[in-house]
Amino acid sequence: MTDHPILTVDRLNVGFASRQGVMDVLHGVSFELHRGRTTCIVGESGSGKSVTARTILNMVPRPGIINGGRILFDPEGTGRPTVLTDLDPRGREIRAIRGGRIGMIFQEPMSSLSPVHTIGNQIVEAVRLHRDCSKAEAREIARDMLEQVEIPQPEKALDKYAFEYSGGMRQRAMIAMALSCHPDVLIADEPTTALDVTTQAEILDLMRKLQDELHMAIMFITHDMGVVAEIADQVVVMEKGHVVEQGGVEQIFTAPRHRYTRKLLGAVKRLEEPATEKRRPAKAAGPVLKVQDLALHFEKREGFLQRVTDTVRAVDGVSFTLHEGEALGIVGESGSGKTTVGRCIARVYDPQGGVMDYRGQDLMAAEGARLRESRREVRMIFQDPFASLNPRMTVKQLIAEPLIVNGLASGQALEDRVAKLLTDVGLDPGMMERYPHAFSGGQRQRIVVARAIALDPKVVIADEPTSALDVSIRTQVLDLLLKLQADLGLSFIFISHDMAVIRYFCDRVAVMFRGRIVEIGETEQIITDPQHPYTRALLSSVPIADPTLRGTRTRHRYHPETA
Amino acid sequence: MIWRFILKRILWMVPFLFAVSVVAFLLIQAPPGDYLTTYIAKLGESNEVLDQASVENLRARFGLDQPLYVQYFKWVGNLVQGDFGMSFEWRQPVSDLVWGRMALTLMLSFATLLFTWAVAFPIGVYSAVRKYSVGDYIATTIGFIGLATPNFLLALILMYVGVVHFGSDVGGLFSNEYANAPWSWGKFVDLMQHLWLPVVVLGTSATASLIRIMRANLLDELNKPYVDTARAKGLSEFWLIMKYPVRVALNPFISTIGWVLPNLVSGAVVTAIVLSLPTAGPLMLQALLSQDMYLAGAFVLLLSSLTVIGMLISDILLVLLDPRVRYE
Repeated sequence: MTDHPILTVDRLNVGFASRQGVMDVLHGVSFELHRGRTTCIVGESGSGKSVTARTILNMVPRPGIINGGRILFDPEGTGRPTVLTDLDPRGREIRAIRGGRIGMIFQEPMSSLSPVHTIGNQIVEAVRLHRDCSKAEAREIARDMLEQVEIPQPEKALDKYAFEYSGGMRQRAMIAMALSCHPDVLIADEPTTALDVTTQAEILDLMRKLQDELHMAIMFITHDMGVVAEIADQVVVMEKGHVVEQGGVEQIFTAPRHRYTRKLLGAVKRLEEPATEKRRPAKAAGPVLKVQDLALHFEKREGFLQRVTDTVRAVDGVSFTLHEGEALGIVGESGSGKTTVGRCIARVYDPQGGVMDYRGQDLMAAEGARLRESRREVRMIFQDPFASLNPRMTVKQLIAEPLIVNGLASGQALEDRVAKLLTDVGLDPGMMERYPHAFSGGQRQRIVVARAIALDPKVVIADEPTSALDVSIRTQVLDLLLKLQADLGLSFIFISHDMAVIRYFCDRVAVMFRGRIVEIGETEQIITDPQHPYTRALLSSVPIADPTLRGTRTRHRYHPETA
Repeated sequence: MIWRFILKRILWMVPFLFAVSVVAFLLIQAPPGDYLTTYIAKLGESNEVLDQASVENLRARFGLDQPLYVQYFKWVGNLVQGDFGMSFEWRQPVSDLVWGRMALTLMLSFATLLFTWAVAFPIGVYSAVRKYSVGDYIATTIGFIGLATPNFLLALILMYVGVVHFGSDVGGLFSNEYANAPWSWGKFVDLMQHLWLPVVVLGTSATASLIRIMRANLLDELNKPYVDTARAKGLSEFWLIMKYPVRVALNPFISTIGWVLPNLVSGAVVTAIVLSLPTAGPLMLQALLSQDMYLAGAFVLLLSSLTVIGMLISDILLVLLDPRVRYE
């Protein structure tokens, strides 16, 4: 290790000022970044990863203040570094470094780009801030950058808006923007968390390729140990504002020293096999829901006369049977129609064709009182526990709502029922008067689960219930669902893009691609011996939490002949 | 895409205006009696009596004896040709009476709109960016007072202050010597000297509410990740706030065009009377009171059209400004 660090974080302390005084969120964080190498910062939400990243650019979110330590930036290796923490956060010097020498990519590719400016406008702006060039030249550079991040038709793409891009494309555009001024350091804050595995694999490949070309240092923030194993050279493990362990990627994975690192790795390892406490449904279990040739098409109308120019077959002839007490997984990348299937069954959408037979009832034709009744027995759990709980209602009101709407309980009985439900999902009933913001992500998802089971449903449709959660919380919520499944005899339709979660939870799995089920069968059999080429491509994209296996697999994307 | 949208909106205006004309006509006809009953009552006050025959005669001359739908179609038929009919009370063509007033009303509305924007925009942005600063508290306090004060009261206070402390000529839009004079530079200057008072009075509450709206909207946008992205690019704080969050928070500003026009005309009647402004409001009130059918109808119709046009303009601007609206 002859080269010296390009960026040194030295005993960094950041506090958040409040009425009670200053509360530290970073406690003496130290690490180094080197040219051409990738340093992963790992930790769960609240560990201070994002604050660290922003502090490097001297953009501490309010009301945070830097109250100790320094950040040294030495791109030329002269030994006379710039002290970033001493610069005026609004001054010219730090602004020249932001975007110019240190680029940054954020987590949410949707909300991190302006909704009302074209992609080209935003990249050109970044270029012209740091490079002395005309508008036309900047546009040329922006076009080249989009080409470099493999966006098709870059000239056209420049004039599009963020909402016209898919998630993966947006993240590519973000990378193009961050790299447009050839920074020495790239900070990526969970850049692939919001993407599905196939897209994630492509973005990771892309970042590695660009790192080789531009010879920059990458600081990669993630909570996913699989991703760490794929790309990290160095690993820094953070917990509650402390760096608890750092070292080379092999050492971290083979000989973790700190208890917290072991816990993180354990949570990942547990997801590599089916849950041990999983109870399989009885062999003789009858079907509870039969779906046949379900179809839902969205029509895109265009032009002056609003002719139908394109039909998106969101669900295109899907058939499956859900047995009593069974967990059926539906897996696929975004846009495969898996969420739409779930919503059709809950009749949030009205499917245009097919048969849905729920214990002899025709769910397709259910209207009015019949539909209300079936909705009592078929419940949904949504992905984002932050968005699916009304922030203006207390937990008690939230959980009681379905009970009140259906006239099932009132007064003291209602309160007792809510208390019982909270206990069932592992929350303290004493907290029922609080509002959702007082709970963590995992606790909120428990509240959502309590609301879903309030009406003693038979079938629960869970749409990505764990993807917004940290890994260790993820297994907790899954274990809770497993327990409820065993206790209440629930059947699950479990929609996810995460193969590991499916493997942990589901008895059978259906793989969806472009509105169709390409393969369905026992989970273990599909994972160990996939038949369809798409399933194989999907499995090849899943990152493995083992750095020694890096590069041993050939990743590929599935391209059907018809496309 | 945009042209389609605009054309569609304009085409939609046709049935809408037709419906408005029906409603306007029915509303005017709704009170019992007609212009003649009011006229007879007035004559009765001065002890003049019209015999039944001459009443019938007058009624036939004004066309008031015909069924409602015939009267309506006659009215609309003439409207299409640009003829608004005769005012019973003023014995003048309605269009002569209306246009001068409408022009002044429009001018006043427009000036008030500009005033509202010019004041509300910077204060709103400042209030949001410097949340809970002294300036924000001052702006908020003034905003609430502005919202809570009735316009006519503010008008009276400002008139009092103007007359007593500055000795200026307040009330009306023109000084006496210019009131009936043709347009000239002098008249324009005179207008400007009179305009500030009604503009301030009429604009205060709208300004106050716009400040609140701007502040709330911008506060929502300031913490969005795209603001961080812009900051991480190295943009200066002022430009990044102006270019990104302010731009997104601007939509409600544009939407105000739609409601500010009718609001100023119909909501400002009391203020207009207090300030004796030669705008549409007082004349419309008078026309309605005396059941001067064609005059009142013309006003109601024009106001509705203004509303529709204002909405159209704000919708078109919104589409131009926000690509997400265009996409739908």
